[in-house]
Amino acid sequence: MLKLSKSKRVLISGILVAISFILKLSIGMHIVTSIFMIAAAIIAGYPILRNAIAAIRYGIVGIDALVSIAVIGAMSIGEYWEAAAVTFLFMFGDYLESRTIEKTRSSIKALLDLAPDSARVMRDGVEVEISPDEVIKGDLVIVRPGEKIPVDGTITEGNAYINQAAITGESIPVDRTVDQGVFSGGILESGYLIIRAEKVGDDTTFARILQMVEDAQDKKAHTQKFLEKFSKYYTPAIIVLALLVFIITRDLVLSLTLLVISCPGALVISTPVSIVAGIGNGARHGVLVKGGEIMERLGKIKVLAFDKTGTLTVGKPAVTRIKSYGIDENDLLRISAIGESYSEHPLARAVISYAEENLGDINDRPDNAEIIAGHGLKFYLDGISYLIGNRKLMNENSIDIGLQQDYIKSEEEKGQTVIIVADKSNVIGIISIADIVRDDAKDLIINLKHLGIRKIIMLTGDNERAAKAISSQLGIDEYHAELLPEGKVEVLKNFADEYGISAMVGDGVNDAPALASADLGIAIGGAGTDVAMETADVVLMSDEIRMLTHAIGLSRATVRNMRQNIIFALAVAAILLTGVLFKTVNLSFGMLVHELSVLLVIVNAVRLLRFGDKESRRKIAN
Amino acid sequence: MTDKTFQLETLACPACAAKVESAVKKTKGVKEAEVLFNSSRVKFSFDESIVDTETIKNRIETLGYKVIGEK
Repeated sequence: MLKLSKSKRVLISGILVAISFILKLSIGMHIVTSIFMIAAAIIAGYPILRNAIAAIRYGIVGIDALVSIAVIGAMSIGEYWEAAAVTFLFMFGDYLESRTIEKTRSSIKALLDLAPDSARVMRDGVEVEISPDEVIKGDLVIVRPGEKIPVDGTITEGNAYINQAAITGESIPVDRTVDQGVFSGGILESGYLIIRAEKVGDDTTFARILQMVEDAQDKKAHTQKFLEKFSKYYTPAIIVLALLVFIITRDLVLSLTLLVISCPGALVISTPVSIVAGIGNGARHGVLVKGGEIMERLGKIKVLAFDKTGTLTVGKPAVTRIKSYGIDENDLLRISAIGESYSEHPLARAVISYAEENLGDINDRPDNAEIIAGHGLKFYLDGISYLIGNRKLMNENSIDIGLQQDYIKSEEEKGQTVIIVADKSNVIGIISIADIVRDDAKDLIINLKHLGIRKIIMLTGDNERAAKAISSQLGIDEYHAELLPEGKVEVLKNFADEYGISAMVGDGVNDAPALASADLGIAIGGAGTDVAMETADVVLMSDEIRMLTHAIGLSRATVRNMRQNIIFALAVAAILLTGVLFKTVNLSFGMLVHELSVLLVIVNAVRLLRFGDKESRRKIAN
Repeated sequence: MTDKTFQLETLACPACAAKVESAVKKTKGVKEAEVLFNSSRVKFSFDESIVDTETIKNRIETLGYKVIGEK
């Protein structure tokens, strides 16, 4: 009998309680009835008493001690029914709670289960299967469809569609091929890869995300710390109250009931369950929130500052507009791309990739080309000479740009960088290039304003013109350009002083000081950039900046959930207490309500796991 | 000083966590102990010349919480 499992114990004592309840109704408090009740109380009560004694030996008075006192008290005055019901309810409640509380942790557990468990590597020319921890940097790792990538590395052979949901939260597979990087934890949907291992074991991005999520769930929220302090005084206060009541009324049952129903179970559990469910939800959506305190603060942001390049924009220049003069636009583009194929300049690459997108592969090379540093280049194609570059290049080669002057100026005011293309004597075209804004950036700013962010600003190291163009395109309240990393810190501080809680959203190294000094540092595209992932309080693993709305919404939902739980727990405690003092609540009913309230608090937290799934997404948008 | 982490079976109430924490803390030779409620883990550092992990494990298990893993 002593070695029964928890579930069997609950089941047996439950059956005994049910039988004794029927007996009580049919034959009354007969000796047989009492025996069943006592048996139920002993079976369910044994582990409670054992744990209580073990705890008291270490000088800890826990809830099981209170229940044990109450049950022994009830038995000694012949209240067998109460003893049986209370012990059964306590065990049953405990059993259900441990089952449901696992649910609040399920998102995080699901993430842990995504960790790769084996790796195939080439050793001495032979393919062997080993544990991911045994892979060494530089190993060639082979991954086939359906398998998980066990390391961070670069593809040396093959191509594949990879589901990176474990890292970015985005389940649409991405296409990766030779020379591109892949992350551990990605699952090959189709294709075949050989990867050179660069980060292995605990150093992989995925392993570090897991570590951060695991650490985060137990970083306590302010509310939680407060409640723990509160319950430290609350429990002894209840014992004193119960004693006082007994001294005054000499009513043992009343005092015992008071002891049992006052256990602050629901109250103490109210915040950790909400936090773990909230952090789990975030992790599943690729939003890493590093702890309870940050979860509380995230929803209260008043000033939100964005870095420009790589955060609001894609971070890569692209062709935005082409204007041709006396030549077909496609011909202009083809000629320019052929000329630029000689150059390594980022703007040149923008022209080439735009041309290849629109005209297909361009394999022709210029007959002869010369780079003029800081100006552009000069090249020959089919016997004709061309110039491609900036104003200075045109001036030095006496090309008149008077006719195009106004157009160039207006493009530049829109934040565009302009490339002029000319033949021997005339301008034949103008190509505008700019760093394009992310698809979801504009919606993001609108949604953020709906969420009540008071000030949205942009801090950038880039020039005034580019900053102005982007910020007016996105509807950003204010921008500050030409800032050094320390400058961003200072500007942000001023805004925080005026408006309240500030957050900085950035993508990388030059934002690290601002990320660290803001009330909240939010890093975007965290997968792969170590500095941002370590410095930031919140990491959006994917490049999708719109997940910021999910993060803020989630934080508010989590705080709301915590509040509901706290208020509910306090209300139940107050009602029970009143009921006990007015003798309308007895021991077993008190225990029932108490256990139910704990369960309800957990179930409420489980709701958070679904936040951001289809229906509620509409709610955030509104 | 050695650092160690035990993985416990699911901790269902913060009170259980508090109980385990003070039991481990009060063990002679244990310098620091922290129970992580949500991940159901106990992190502690101890002096190997005074106490061994087996003793600490036993103390936790007599309280009624199974240690299911360690690292």
